[in-house]
Amino acid sequence: MDFRDSDSELAFRQRLRAWLAEQAPNFPKSTQEYWARQGEWHQSLHAAGFFGATWPKEFGGLELPPVYDVIVDEELARAGAPPRPSLGYLVTGLGRHASKELQQRFLPGMIDGTQRWCQGFSEPGAGSDLASLTTTATLDGDEYVINGHKIWTSYSDVADWCLLLARTDKDVKRHKGISAFLINMHQPGIEQRPLKMINGVSNEFGQVLFDGARVPASQMVGNPGDGWALAMTVVGHEREPSTLGYAARYEKTVNQLAPRGTPSDELAWATVQVHVLRQHVRRRLSEQLDGISHGPEGSIDKLLMTWVEQSVGHAVLAQTGTTDTDLFNTYLYSRSQSVMGGTSQIQKNIIAGRILRMAV
Amino acid sequence: MDVRLTSEQQQLRDAAAKLADDLGPGAVGELDDGERVARLEKTVAATGWRSLRSDGASGVEVALVAEEFGRGLVDVPFLGPVLADDLGHGDATVVFGAIAPDARGLRRGVWLDGDRVTAADLGEASPGVDLTRWAAPVAGDRTPADALDEDKAQRAHALALVVTAADILGAARGAFDLACDYAKMREQYGKAIGSYQAVAHLLAESLVLIEGSISILRYAAWAVDEEEPGVAAEAARVAKVYCAKSAHTICETSIQVHGGIGNTWECAAHVYLRRVLVSTGLWPVSLKEISVGLS
Repeated sequence: MDFRDSDSELAFRQRLRAWLAEQAPNFPKSTQEYWARQGEWHQSLHAAGFFGATWPKEFGGLELPPVYDVIVDEELARAGAPPRPSLGYLVTGLGRHASKELQQRFLPGMIDGTQRWCQGFSEPGAGSDLASLTTTATLDGDEYVINGHKIWTSYSDVADWCLLLARTDKDVKRHKGISAFLINMHQPGIEQRPLKMINGVSNEFGQVLFDGARVPASQMVGNPGDGWALAMTVVGHEREPSTLGYAARYEKTVNQLAPRGTPSDELAWATVQVHVLRQHVRRRLSEQLDGISHGPEGSIDKLLMTWVEQSVGHAVLAQTGTTDTDLFNTYLYSRSQSVMGGTSQIQKNIIAGRILRMAV
Repeated sequence: MDVRLTSEQQQLRDAAAKLADDLGPGAVGELDDGERVARLEKTVAATGWRSLRSDGASGVEVALVAEEFGRGLVDVPFLGPVLADDLGHGDATVVFGAIAPDARGLRRGVWLDGDRVTAADLGEASPGVDLTRWAAPVAGDRTPADALDEDKAQRAHALALVVTAADILGAARGAFDLACDYAKMREQYGKAIGSYQAVAHLLAESLVLIEGSISILRYAAWAVDEEEPGVAAEAARVAKVYCAKSAHTICETSIQVHGGIGNTWECAAHVYLRRVLVSTGLWPVSLKEISVGLS
């Protein structure tokens, strides 16, 4: 057992630290600037050799052990840099379920940030109950025609591509009729409408209306009806803090708050929670060395991460109240963590049912 | 970086867990079974785990045994002697605030007074709030013994926080397991109460608190010997605060899930809660002592 860096880990950390020091003057100064320049940050982090630690080299990854993601997150937080792009769940989804051909075509652009992606899962009538989705994909020659309405689609305003779930078979039960597609967002049958969230940001979430949009049948992931398995992989990984790199964001906020007034109990508690998440991520990533792939345990991690983020939000209120708009927006944003990627109530159902074996 | 337990550490944990399961009090009524306690005492003494530190074991090994003994409500001394041994005194138990909290069968107390290890004879030990560990007052003259350098003194303090936090985490796990078993067995309205979201969600929250506690405690236990003393001390404070707050919630949840039965003497939930609260009060840490911000 060793919490310290190995020689090669230390060398990687030092290289990253030096690079971040060069980049520091260029870090975004506000939340608006962060969103506006997110794509640029993704590309420069990848070009410098610090993004995609665990992914295959043939797709632009570094093929390093998962603990390198911890190093990246820690150093990003230390430097006050923006976090890693949240992409791990999409890469893992395609890595596990897409054909070699689709992987070779799409993963490199996804990983290096030259092509932006969004995820078309939730619908106005299908939130927690995702399997009730009604967007349809109808075969017409060698293409599918898509009709429906997606919502809470992250980065839909900048996305070039969408990983889309749609119903290809209405005659089988619920999740059995769902298929997954890789669809081009730049076409006439797709309309993107931004959603303005409670923190005033319109860049993160959108609604996407599909009205006769078309996607080649060859861009279906797997076979008809395989969409649900892919969706479960994606949401399972969406629930792990180690995939998301959010720990860095929380550390950054706590460090911003530390010099702002007398430390409150809320700030001390947020500090404790962030320490816990940091060590929890290290533990989880170390467990991956045993080849343990987390299923329902992702719900534990998601709930822990949610509590950490929301305690950081409460620390913002205790330290600076409503006086600092950017920090106050950080608080408001923290409320979404117990909803997006599966509500806390759904996570507790999964933990109780699939880990504790309560017959929920 | 690889923070998994080594296979030796896993074996030690499994051995401690088996001992606690075999000879610990399986129910509240067994707390008074003198023959069982004598067998447990003899077995724990034979393991040599009370002198883990002088045998060169790290904070991680000590914490693993403390955690399993907390989970199994082991009611013979471990925490006291292992910390006394860390201060260089075998066959003694540690003192906190003029009381030796884990003194059943032991006559000599030892503690750190500033940087000086101090020893004294103890009075008669008796059970108190904690039904599993007996406390004894300092009774005899205090004999200042050897001085510790600052580095060693800080690490000894960090170990005390880590071992009490491990005991707390273990007891919380015990209370949680008890509640899960009950929620699967107890039926109301024709269904196991654990099938109702109102009950199931409480237990799910407890599991998340346990997993977070395991993660932070493992780091703090490693840090006792491996980080700079100041870093080790801070890690220990963070782990103690988090484990204590979490365990308090988990034990209260266990009582609630048990309903009326959980409020009776015969249900072990209160025994875990008592042990958690007593260990929380030994070398207590408040949020005011946490350094805000992260390096």
